[in-house]
Amino acid sequence: MVDFAGYWMPVQFEGIIAEHLWTRESAGFFDVSHMGQLYVTGEGAEAALEAVLPIDLSTLPIGGVRYSLLLNDQGGILDDLMVSRWGQGFYLVVNGATKWDDIATLRELLPDVITLNHLEDSALFALQGPKAYEALEPLVAGEYPLSALTFMRGGRFKLGGVEAWISRSGYTGEDGFEISVPAENAAELADLICAQPQVKPIGLGARDSLRLEAGLPLYGHDMTDTVDPVSADLLFGINKRRRSEGGFPGADVILPLIANGTSTRRVGLAIEGRMAAREGAKVLSGETEVGTITSGGFSPSLERPIAMAYVAADCATAGTQLTIDVRGRKLAATVVPMPFVPHRYHRKGAA
Amino acid sequence: MTRYFTKDHEWIAVEGDEATVGITDYAQSQLGDITFVEVPGEGSEVSMGDSASVVDSVKAASDVYAPVSGKVTVANAALEDQPELVNTDPEGDGWLWKMTLSDPAELDGLMDEASYQAFIAEL
Repeated sequence: MVDFAGYWMPVQFEGIIAEHLWTRESAGFFDVSHMGQLYVTGEGAEAALEAVLPIDLSTLPIGGVRYSLLLNDQGGILDDLMVSRWGQGFYLVVNGATKWDDIATLRELLPDVITLNHLEDSALFALQGPKAYEALEPLVAGEYPLSALTFMRGGRFKLGGVEAWISRSGYTGEDGFEISVPAENAAELADLICAQPQVKPIGLGARDSLRLEAGLPLYGHDMTDTVDPVSADLLFGINKRRRSEGGFPGADVILPLIANGTSTRRVGLAIEGRMAAREGAKVLSGETEVGTITSGGFSPSLERPIAMAYVAADCATAGTQLTIDVRGRKLAATVVPMPFVPHRYHRKGAA
Repeated sequence: MTRYFTKDHEWIAVEGDEATVGITDYAQSQLGDITFVEVPGEGSEVSMGDSASVVDSVKAASDVYAPVSGKVTVANAALEDQPELVNTDPEGDGWLWKMTLSDPAELDGLMDEASYQAFIAEL
């Protein structure tokens, strides 16, 4: 157990590699109740949120889920978040470590007529993996079947008889669900899901190795308030209409970067050998320092070390050979496209 | 054969002026799944407290310090393909290296098994 964002959380249950591989093969259960769940309502909430986030809400249907970014005026990333349209307002999920700052930022930027509720009485679970659907489906009931949800769509269901918001989304690259339930029912519902034969509980260690393989950045490591979304390769968090219209915090800085490019770029690195390179290790091209590792570790699925790094733009092309200095040892690395392990989302229209 | 322990969770089993070195069961349990072990070069000289080896786990890389001074005679080649031996048998097949001792008196500063168990019970 470790202190993480003020919560006591498990690093592992039976072992990081076993939990990681179980999630890739079956279904892993994550208690992510440390994350911030917010609800934005009020007259003009849509326009107010668009003034704060680079999101296009006009194309987000009820039940739709979209990735977005909370930016500062300098174009730095304050947090990344998920935004869902509910019937009467917008449901936001933000990182646990940043939620208090996010709430302060949103409260400052949103007009007074907009209500910002922190859903502190809600717990949040993730159930991820190729068998997540078959594990969850028998436990839910609703106006429509769970199969109606495709990737990045959510809806209201009863889970074990309890009201739940379930979206088909996650942070592992696998098919799966994120499930918001009343905190008072959290323990019984966690037990209910974990009693399914496909499901095992998963700790923070495997959550990190799974998201790294999926190429998904971790706030505070792979993006910070001094990194812009273009360098971070997170342009999908700035919806197309907003790239042309602007009108969000940091737009004056970010829009020229979209047009002209950035000096550094977040890339994936596949590392030779077995030794892992971790956050802070320097990346070299020949003898010249060209970047820094922001996340790295051993990939249980690929059985080799992988990493994310920010490198100079002219070293960011896939296939570029670089070296990493790990405490004086030079590791050979190649820039590779991310994700390292293919995503297996259940997309609309797919079989 | 006498086995000694360090506060950094190495063990050293001494027989005459030869010794075998590894990390303790407590250490491997703290590190979690071990994915890579860098063993010292055979013939290299180490001084007590030097970082002689690196054990890489899914969680972190950790130095393994030489419990005493001497010369590395054999490194455990099996760890190249099976680093997990350090998890499954840390005080047996998961040994890291064998060495000769240049100053056996250094052993006096190490803990015996009972002292080490008492030490980790306090952690």
